[in-house]
Amino acid sequence: MISLTSPVRTRAHDWSAGLKLGGLCLASTGLFLTANPAVHLAALALTLVLYAMPGPVFLRAGLRSLRAVLPIVVILLLWHAIIGDLMAGLVITLRMVTLVALANLVTMTTPLEDLIDLIHWLTTPLRRLGLPTHLLETAIPLVIRFTPVLVARAATLAEAWRARARQRPGWRLILPLMLQALDDADHVGEALRARGGPLGPN
Amino acid sequence: MERNIAQIALFAAMIAALGLVPPITLTFGVPITAQSLGVMLAGAVLGSRRGFAAVGLFVLLVALGLPLLAGGRGGLGVFASPTVGFVVGYPIAAFVTGLFVEHVRLRSPGLTAGLGAVVGGILVLYLLGATGLAYVAGKTLIEAFALVAAFIPGDLLKAGIAGMLVQALAKVRPQTLEWLRLPASNGNARL
Repeated sequence: MISLTSPVRTRAHDWSAGLKLGGLCLASTGLFLTANPAVHLAALALTLVLYAMPGPVFLRAGLRSLRAVLPIVVILLLWHAIIGDLMAGLVITLRMVTLVALANLVTMTTPLEDLIDLIHWLTTPLRRLGLPTHLLETAIPLVIRFTPVLVARAATLAEAWRARARQRPGWRLILPLMLQALDDADHVGEALRARGGPLGPN
Repeated sequence: MERNIAQIALFAAMIAALGLVPPITLTFGVPITAQSLGVMLAGAVLGSRRGFAAVGLFVLLVALGLPLLAGGRGGLGVFASPTVGFVVGYPIAAFVTGLFVEHVRLRSPGLTAGLGAVVGGILVLYLLGATGLAYVAGKTLIEAFALVAAFIPGDLLKAGIAGMLVQALAKVRPQTLEWLRLPASNGNARL
């Protein structure tokens, strides 16, 4: 399974995931507390410097994942230009882009295993209360394992459809996909039970 | 119990697959993905609690950085972007859809599921989605609604499809729909 982790290994990969997440929370709160355009411009510039530091490959990957917010940025700026309050629109969009970019930065520099460890640590109090948080650690790998399986199966179903019909495959494929997923769930459930199940103590 | 975990995980994977597979486009050229259909189905098929768990698991994996949202998006940036209300609202939408099918008895399971999808997957989801947009983009709730309203017709279509899929599921695999066996909450016997 491909994740959004950066193609380049950076020094930030070795930093603790908890620290990075904490820093992100602080930065987000800070940016929401101010409406000064100069501060927001500086924050965005600083974020871009952070993106540029690991090199051009990293910068390109980072900018690519930022493209998703582009449409709403255009809409917001147009909106504020029309109502004649461009300054407020600028602050709002600057803040939004910076926050998304910073959050993406944490995602890009933090391996999935570190984040799963972090969740294990964050759920410690719940575990103390007796909640079965280890079920989460059974379920996460199952989802990661079965997503590509189901994607491949949907592609096979679509191919079989195209071999039979002229129309493009549509929502009708979802029923067989769902039935197969439910059958898989039965088999996986039996397999988990046969291996002692996820319900026992860690 | 083990099967519940497996069903929750498999539905989370199915929601991801529905957002990633390009051939499943629902309408005539309009690029709407089947991802929110997956959310409706999770609630309508698994019921409130397991539906919530399945969609919550999906959202957790998105937060962990897997590119599972439609269009290959994911990571913590999603939770700072204008669509945050929708992503956070997904599990709640599935929960409400599940509550609806568990407590309301209509003529057919498909009708129940379709209406449940409208209540959970549209009413509740858009309320949360518009709230998130209003918060991130600094708009009033009304303005935010105006921005997202364009997507409601597509989602009404998805709710209809969810109803038809559940109707078919009730016919070929009724044992999956546990809420079909529940007695109606108001004490009426189910027909």
